[in-house]
Amino acid sequence: MSWRFAIPLVVVIALVAAFWRGLFLNPGEVPSPLIGKPVPEFSLPTLHDPALTFSSDNLKGQISLLNVFGTWCPGCHDEHPLLVEWSKSPPYGVPVYGLNWAMHQPSERAAAIKWLQRVGNPYAAIGYDESGAVIMDWGVYGAPETFLIDAQGRVRLKHVGVLTEEVVQNKIVPAIERLRAEEKQ
Amino acid sequence: MTPELGHFALIMALGLAVLQSVLGLAGAYRNDIAWMQTSRTVAAGQFAFTLIAFTVLTAAFLGNDFSLLYVAQNSNTALPWPYRIAAVWGAHEGSLLLWILVLAGWTLAVVLRANRLPENFAARVIGVLGLISVGFLLFTLFTSNPFERLEIPPLNGRDLNPILQDPALAIHPPLLYFGYVGFAVPFAFALAALIGAEKDVAWARAVRPWTALAWLFLTVGITLGSWWAYYELGWGGWWFWDPVENASFMPWLIGTALIHSLAVTEKRGAFISWTVLLAIAAFSLSLLGTFLVRSGVLVSVHAFATDPARGVFILAFLATVVGGALVLYAIRAPQLPAGGGFKPWSRETFLLVNNVLLTVAAGAVLLGTLYPLFLDALNLGKISVGPPYFNAVFVPLMLLVLAAIAFGPITNWKRDDWRANVRTLKLPLVLSVAGIVVAIAITWGRGGVIVAIGTWLALWAIFAAFAEPVMRLRHRRDAGALKRIPLSSWGMSIAHFGLGISALGIVAVSAYGFERDAALVPGGDAVDFGGYSWQLEGLRNIRGSNFEGEEASLQVRRDGELLTTLQPQKRMYTTQRAAMTEAGIDARLDRDLYAALGEPLGDDAWSVRLQVKPLVRFIWLGGLLMALGGGIAAFDRRYRKPLKESVAATAAERAGANA
Repeated sequence: MSWRFAIPLVVVIALVAAFWRGLFLNPGEVPSPLIGKPVPEFSLPTLHDPALTFSSDNLKGQISLLNVFGTWCPGCHDEHPLLVEWSKSPPYGVPVYGLNWAMHQPSERAAAIKWLQRVGNPYAAIGYDESGAVIMDWGVYGAPETFLIDAQGRVRLKHVGVLTEEVVQNKIVPAIERLRAEEKQ
Repeated sequence: MTPELGHFALIMALGLAVLQSVLGLAGAYRNDIAWMQTSRTVAAGQFAFTLIAFTVLTAAFLGNDFSLLYVAQNSNTALPWPYRIAAVWGAHEGSLLLWILVLAGWTLAVVLRANRLPENFAARVIGVLGLISVGFLLFTLFTSNPFERLEIPPLNGRDLNPILQDPALAIHPPLLYFGYVGFAVPFAFALAALIGAEKDVAWARAVRPWTALAWLFLTVGITLGSWWAYYELGWGGWWFWDPVENASFMPWLIGTALIHSLAVTEKRGAFISWTVLLAIAAFSLSLLGTFLVRSGVLVSVHAFATDPARGVFILAFLATVVGGALVLYAIRAPQLPAGGGFKPWSRETFLLVNNVLLTVAAGAVLLGTLYPLFLDALNLGKISVGPPYFNAVFVPLMLLVLAAIAFGPITNWKRDDWRANVRTLKLPLVLSVAGIVVAIAITWGRGGVIVAIGTWLALWAIFAAFAEPVMRLRHRRDAGALKRIPLSSWGMSIAHFGLGISALGIVAVSAYGFERDAALVPGGDAVDFGGYSWQLEGLRNIRGSNFEGEEASLQVRRDGELLTTLQPQKRMYTTQRAAMTEAGIDARLDRDLYAALGEPLGDDAWSVRLQVKPLVRFIWLGGLLMALGGGIAAFDRRYRKPLKESVAATAAERAGANA
């Protein structure tokens, strides 16, 4: 038996094992290495006006959320109404900032502006990342992702994937409450 | 007819499928002619009982029998009757039943043509197909029985998902299933070849028309799905790299590779183990696709967890079929004969290039589709791997495919002279360069280098598509030359032509389409855009048997002259409380005018998405041409000759080529 011919079998066994694990295990969140660290330094043009900048300094001074999105991402469309809802009456006054991920598509800027016009803009400010360099620094590997940042500008929580009512109520809001309790001490 | 009859028929079919596989496989092993012949009859019986089960379920839908849970969940008395039939395969349980019926149908077709094959080989093929039937029947009976009764039947059903209430989408799943399940035939042939460690590659010839037919159905199914997404989803896009689309696209890519690899195996006796592996992969991806789409895994992996029985069965079944096939492959593939050698510039090389490109493309799609699924499975959240990833990987690969496509058909087996080949392709080369010059002149200032290269390569594929039959005519200029060109040559040329046409449409739509969201007031000012003037004349309320909504009437003018009135609709389906858009489209071969009705914006204004789509019809026209080519090739005369005779002819051909 030549081992060359067993390669496909090995690949499929690995795939099945991964699926099996997926069926039965709930390993929970894998923590981001950024958790507890200061936000990566960055400075980006804003989405609506390239002359203005949105930088890591904007994320210091108060608790805030940073949401990574792109018009090409269906999950971002799914969670958008929830963000709009949030921005109308922000729990504990926590603003949501946006990071628009263009993935090298220059048309993304116009598309995002148009899309936000149509569905509502929940973001206090939006950085426009055409090259994806900032996205890379933040360790983002897909959209949507949402970060919770404390008043000192440190990343405290990362949520990978679509924000749902459940995630907001059971994860985001309690985390904000914890941060506020910390600050009071 | 009582639903229990259907349930009973399914149990009978299971028994017969077990018998079919045992008689087929054991009969071949024991060399027992009686057993092998009986397995054929049993396979026909299995088809009959599957058909009864399917008919019973269809009758339950037509007769609004809401005592069946499945009918109550997917139909409604207000549902028009054609959609009640389509509702049979509108959800998981019924789709599985259709799957089983189609598999039994393909099996029957193989049985009817089995006399062309060696007795033992045919018995093994029928046995393997029987095993697949057993797996699906067990799955249906134990976890997804469509004949489950409700103790207290509701007065009315919950209605069919409105997305499926459309003629194209009603026939889309059966077409895809004909394709998916059709790949079970090459899979069974490949396994039969492995079991018998076949030294002879006659099976490769016998399986080519089956592969082409399965591929034809898959091609039409995908084309139809793309067309549907275009006019129904309201975004004007024709491909979304959606996991559901990818699930059908992966087996298509591998199936296309298989068709080309089979050509090498049949003609040159080479690439045998690779061809076998592709046949296994094509069907494995079809299975994966069926399950991903139908089990609800793609909507959320957690749907899996809520019904662990289903999830575990699916996984166990996939692991058994794919794992079993690959164990057999690992043991037996080394015993398959190795093919003859070939020089770097030869037809083998070009078909190898085709295979590598298509396989890498399928692998990339698989990665992009499964990666989010894995993250979700590991509870790392839901993410999207968006079109940017797929476009970045896919566009360069397809450009290479287009560049190479002209050479495969005109190069000789074993070795050829590249200068002679380039001379053969001089005319297509000149025409495509002239074409791109004209195209650049027309679209001056729009589009970039990639667009120009894409256009040029698409034109190159189109003009070079018929180079092979033309070359044959040049070699022999006598009266019967045209008639002697085999159907498979025409089929291939038409399919390659179709690919070029599709590619041209894709480039044109992506690079030169216009799109704009406008706020329009009924009777208000016209909007000028894309060279046309668009005016919302008015809106009216519409009502169907199970929906209500609005229809806009939108006049499109050019230079003051009324071209067309588009009537986009927005529908609200009353039972399911779901909104659907019906785009208003004015279709022409050279461009579509497209309008989709958005939301009311207040002050009478409506948001309307307006689009101009140059050559968008080419995308689907090309798809249909590819399918047509596959169909023509499947009916080549040499597949109808008795196998021994035709194989002897090939052996003589091969000997001649070697001399």
